[in-house]
Amino acid sequence: MIVGLFNYWIVIILMMAGLYIVMSSGHLVKKIIGLNVFQTSVFIFFISMGTVDGGTAPILKDGFTVFSNPLPHVLILTAIVVGVATTALGLAISVRVFEAYGTVEEDEITAIDRDNRKREISVSTVVTESAQKERDQ
Amino acid sequence: MSQIPSQLVEQLPAVQLLLTLLAAPICSMFRNGDLSWRIATVASWASVACAFALLHQVWGGGSISYEMGGWPPPWGIEVVIDELTAIVLLLVTLFGALVMTALRKSLSSIMRHQRQSLYYTTFLLCMASLIGITITGDAFNVLVFLEISSLATYTLIARGRDRRALTAAFRYLIMGTIGATFILIAIGFMYMLTGTLNMADLSERLPEHYDNKVLHASFAFFTIGIALKVAMFPLHYWLPNAYTYSPKATTAFLAATATKVSLYVMIRFIFDVYGVEFAFGQMQLGTLLVPLSIAGILVASLTAVFQDDAKRLLAWSSVAQLGYMALGMALLNANGLTSAVTHMFNHAMMKAGLFLALATMIYRTQSSSLAALSGIGRTMPWTTGAFAILGIGLIGVPFTAGFVSKWYLVSGALDKDWLPVAILLIISSLMAIAYIGKMLDVMYFKPAPAEFADIKEGPKSMLIPCWIFALLTIYFGIDTRLTAGLAGRVASNLLGAS
Repeated sequence: MIVGLFNYWIVIILMMAGLYIVMSSGHLVKKIIGLNVFQTSVFIFFISMGTVDGGTAPILKDGFTVFSNPLPHVLILTAIVVGVATTALGLAISVRVFEAYGTVEEDEITAIDRDNRKREISVSTVVTESAQKERDQ
Repeated sequence: MSQIPSQLVEQLPAVQLLLTLLAAPICSMFRNGDLSWRIATVASWASVACAFALLHQVWGGGSISYEMGGWPPPWGIEVVIDELTAIVLLLVTLFGALVMTALRKSLSSIMRHQRQSLYYTTFLLCMASLIGITITGDAFNVLVFLEISSLATYTLIARGRDRRALTAAFRYLIMGTIGATFILIAIGFMYMLTGTLNMADLSERLPEHYDNKVLHASFAFFTIGIALKVAMFPLHYWLPNAYTYSPKATTAFLAATATKVSLYVMIRFIFDVYGVEFAFGQMQLGTLLVPLSIAGILVASLTAVFQDDAKRLLAWSSVAQLGYMALGMALLNANGLTSAVTHMFNHAMMKAGLFLALATMIYRTQSSSLAALSGIGRTMPWTTGAFAILGIGLIGVPFTAGFVSKWYLVSGALDKDWLPVAILLIISSLMAIAYIGKMLDVMYFKPAPAEFADIKEGPKSMLIPCWIFALLTIYFGIDTRLTAGLAGRVASNLLGAS
């Protein structure tokens, strides 16, 4: 059971590990890494699904009778490309976040945003109060 | 010569996709933002014409099947267009094109001239992939286009002027990728069972596996994945920030199309691929969806009432309105589904118009806080007028589009004898009055802050699209053949297929 479904066990372990990293880590780059592990687990799942024991690549020639299903493998080629694009974009945004905030830790970013928001509110109440005063006069 | 039009008509489904998809790289080649804008606008309006032609062909219940590259389904990729597809197609292209037309002025205030062409490229790519999701009849194709549209959306959001746009885009990227990967797993399970990816083929082969645990897992993964994309309560976490901090006019496009197309995918898969009987009978999707969507409507409407930023307020209202659509779907009767499809169209129109009118105001005030927008009804009367009409439409006042969809939704609830649900819906409409009224009150009756006392009316290129949206809202409140009439046929089709 465990040996026969070895690939699928690996898939489940990787998937859970990846999702756990995405959820638990506050570091943006680590989140991207977790996301990658999670996506890769699904790739392995698709590849294992298409494999036939003892099968070769689908070569149309005499002497080759058992083929692996190439379709899931091709699908995963597309998914890998999408995954690379997502990673690149995610990392690019992380760099921009670092430039804008000086940190890539989610907690610190939230704290900075909260401080700014407090300041904004105090500014905007001053603005409305001054408008109120103007009307009163 | 006479053969050329008929050949062109046959190839329309491919043309529909290619127009925007090919215009995107062409746009990216120019450094001149204005030129790119012209190309992008022409391509998107041509795309609208295409969508109208397709809608005309399937009007009354027809359906078109087009073999991409001449490979017959289920081996090749099939493009399927029926009435539901055509209305979503019209929604994406028409509202996309209107926003694109208004985009130039609004963009020039946040971006260097040379960079703008890249922005239009991303915008077109997003539109092309949303069209792709809508027309394709292949399950894996849906996923690929969904990923392209998501990647384009993350980029569009991250271009916001506020640095919080970056964190909002990142958050959406994480959630969106998890959602898409869940859908990938779901499609993998389906492929394991049936060996096919064509949606029509899947729907024929899946019923014999209804008791199979693999299909149950597939359904669970799909529902969670797509609910993340739709931003269905309680998976809406990414939406308010993404809408608030993305560039002004972009929000109008995203609010109109991205979540609606995801909802379309949800309807397509649940009703056509998995089957009503399996989804609602065996898997009890209704018991999950009904309470969650009602909770979503109430919580999001209430949250919207207490916002002091106009964009964030409208974003929360979007979460609530998505709840209406989900509820309409979960009611599982003709009126409910009619309301879901009608509201998909109507809400896209009204929310795009509202965000666009807001973008026009922000173009002058440079801030979306309600304090900055106070008294704007006197300085920008035309923009605020359009905003008011659209807002009233959103509340659901008779003779506006919002009334039609809410009418069907409440009738759907009453058809099921769910009186409490109907009452809750009316309470949520009162909350809509509260949050729209709060904005209109600030805009018309509060004194303008001194620094904005003498701002001018918005530029015409933005004002005219706003008014088109406003007039359409009234038009579709009176003439419902295109929206509710079509949605009624779609609903009986979807329910009849079970």
